[in-house]
Amino acid sequence: MNVCIELFVTFAKMGVVTFGGGYAMLPILQKTVVENKKWATEEDLLDYFAIGQCTPGIIAVNTATFIGYKQKGILGGIFATLGLVFPSLVIISIIAAFLKNFADLAVVQHAFAGIRVCVGVLILNAVIKLWKGAVKGKITAAIMFIVLILSAFTDISSVLIVVAAGVFGLFFSGKIQNLEANKK
Amino acid sequence: MNLLLLMYFEFFKVGLFAVGGGLATLPFLYDLAHKYTWITASMISDMIAISESTPGPMGVNMATYVGFQNGGILGAVTTTLGLVTPSIIVIIIVANVLVKFKESKAVKNIFYTLRPAATGLIGAAGLSVIVLALFKTNISAFSFSGLDIKCLILFAVMIIFTKKTKFHPIVAIAISGIIGILFGF
Repeated sequence: MNVCIELFVTFAKMGVVTFGGGYAMLPILQKTVVENKKWATEEDLLDYFAIGQCTPGIIAVNTATFIGYKQKGILGGIFATLGLVFPSLVIISIIAAFLKNFADLAVVQHAFAGIRVCVGVLILNAVIKLWKGAVKGKITAAIMFIVLILSAFTDISSVLIVVAAGVFGLFFSGKIQNLEANKK
Repeated sequence: MNLLLLMYFEFFKVGLFAVGGGLATLPFLYDLAHKYTWITASMISDMIAISESTPGPMGVNMATYVGFQNGGILGAVTTTLGLVTPSIIVIIIVANVLVKFKESKAVKNIFYTLRPAATGLIGAAGLSVIVLALFKTNISAFSFSGLDIKCLILFAVMIIFTKKTKFHPIVAIAISGIIGILFGF
């Protein structure tokens, strides 16, 4: 039960500091879940994100469920997810009840213009860290860049990209691994 | 009580069919606005603005907002639980399967290319956040003339700050928010 409470509290804290959706949660997850709690590795996080991307539901919730489940089974998954959504419940309820024009307030807009810059930096740092675990040679580097460009500049759905990359790996990873292993 | 059940069921469906991030829930929410009176298009646009300026996953924030407007705290809890129930069920099944087949060659092969692809997706998300933050526009409408110098300076400062210090990311986020207010970003 202690583990469940720890999961709830840890994910509630992350819910408070995640601004801007699932991807923005990544730097926080790296710091808290990988470095501090050691509940997962960098590679695990990437796997969860890839799976979260092509399974139903919000990526942040999927990732929380995954980490919770691995720590403490079904109960752990539920507690981690409830922890993650708890701050949203409280904060949004307060705003909906009292601050109808919250998003129009000048202070809020200025603060968020600053926060957005910071979130950009944090995601950039996160990607550089993930790079080291995911990119093993020229071919995997090419995959990363192709996906980055497709995702940033076309309307192709991320689900399709993830599925295509997975299917490609199923058939060709053996060869690619040999090639990239020999290069080193 | 009927409305709560209906909202739980409808948000359960949104959670089940919205594959991907919080924005993937939008088309489903607009469908709901078309079908019911307890959710409206203007509510959805309010929700987007509020979700972007509050912490927490966007999809969760949206569900909470609609739920609260229609049934107070109980409504908010109902819609949020509806939204996350499919995730919990599906991910637990997937995690189970994954644990069983983790050592299989096929799963290892799939993840070998999936990891760089996921890194690329996250990179693209980061790029769009950076362009929005520095140029106040999205990637498709991007031009260098729109560069905000104040934001660029903060960007450079934060790169150095996060590299040189070992603080939790929240420290950098808080400092950036305060700087945004003080310097009128």
